[in-house]
Amino acid sequence: MCNWIVEKAEMKGSGKGPEGWFDVNQANVYFDHPYHAPMDHSLIIDFVETPNQVGNRVAVELSEESARRLVTSILAALESGTNSHMAVVT
Amino acid sequence: MTYRSMKAGVVTFQGHNNDEVQAYLAQPEESAPIGGVILLHHMPGWDESSIEMTRKLAHYGYNAICPDLFHRFGEGEPDEVAAVARSQGGKADDEAVGDTDGAATYLRELANSNGKVGIIGFCSGGRQVVLVASHLDTIDAAVDCWGGGVIAGGKWTISESRPVAPIDLTDNLNTPLLGIFGNDDPSPTPEEVNQHEQALKDAGKTYEFHRYDGAGHGFFDFDKPAYRPEQAQAAWGEIFKWYGTYLSS
Repeated sequence: MCNWIVEKAEMKGSGKGPEGWFDVNQANVYFDHPYHAPMDHSLIIDFVETPNQVGNRVAVELSEESARRLVTSILAALESGTNSHMAVVT
Repeated sequence: MTYRSMKAGVVTFQGHNNDEVQAYLAQPEESAPIGGVILLHHMPGWDESSIEMTRKLAHYGYNAICPDLFHRFGEGEPDEVAAVARSQGGKADDEAVGDTDGAATYLRELANSNGKVGIIGFCSGGRQVVLVASHLDTIDAAVDCWGGGVIAGGKWTISESRPVAPIDLTDNLNTPLLGIFGNDDPSPTPEEVNQHEQALKDAGKTYEFHRYDGAGHGFFDFDKPAYRPEQAQAAWGEIFKWYGTYLSS
């Protein structure tokens, strides 16, 4: 269904799009109809520099299962990476 | 049947507030007067499946136009424009009504128009069909395909850009309405479809609702798992019957 629900998160970082690297200032997250992925619904993330501007984004459309695996992987990487860097500093 | 010759391409017309709207027009190469159909696309935007269905309508003998309803969000590739529209909560209702009115005028001014204009919409476009048909008295036949949010409630709330639930405009509906729904759809649910039907019945409106078992939301989408060929074929048959009744000369 088209639910028009969006979760917006402020970001700090960089992304690489068709025209090169840009500042990522916001992530728009949806679970709705994808444009391209052959699925009825997908977890969509648009990483954007300037909100409400056409064309400056890095986009993914992921299955629900893939999105949940990504969340787990991000948390695992952050956990192990943080521990690793802390160990180096110590 | 023989295959129709047709021409197709991008055109512009004056929409809400006289804004220029780009649209895809597919037109049978027939000089005899024929009806027109406006296709209101779903949330993913002015996409390939919407354009293909526009050509399908032309193949069945209608001047068919699919306006880019997200044109006010910026210029660019349709998927990029749709991403901005999505991030801003979609199209405002008054713009949907004004743009559709402009598209209807455009179709009526085509040299081979018989003066009749229908609309069809999918998902959020289905909701807009009910909305538009309740505001304009210039539409001759309407088809709502699984429009969610006709009834306010749950995740569908009234907002500044969508201030009225279309069901609350039922008394103003002056267009014969065909509804196409899958019984496995979570939005609109079968209960919401029943509620809408009851409102139409109570108001004495001309309507026909068709519900399909084994189908959910978006069951015409041939490039998605939701596609249900048997139900889609049957429903398209009902759509062309409806337009045959109300859009003929």
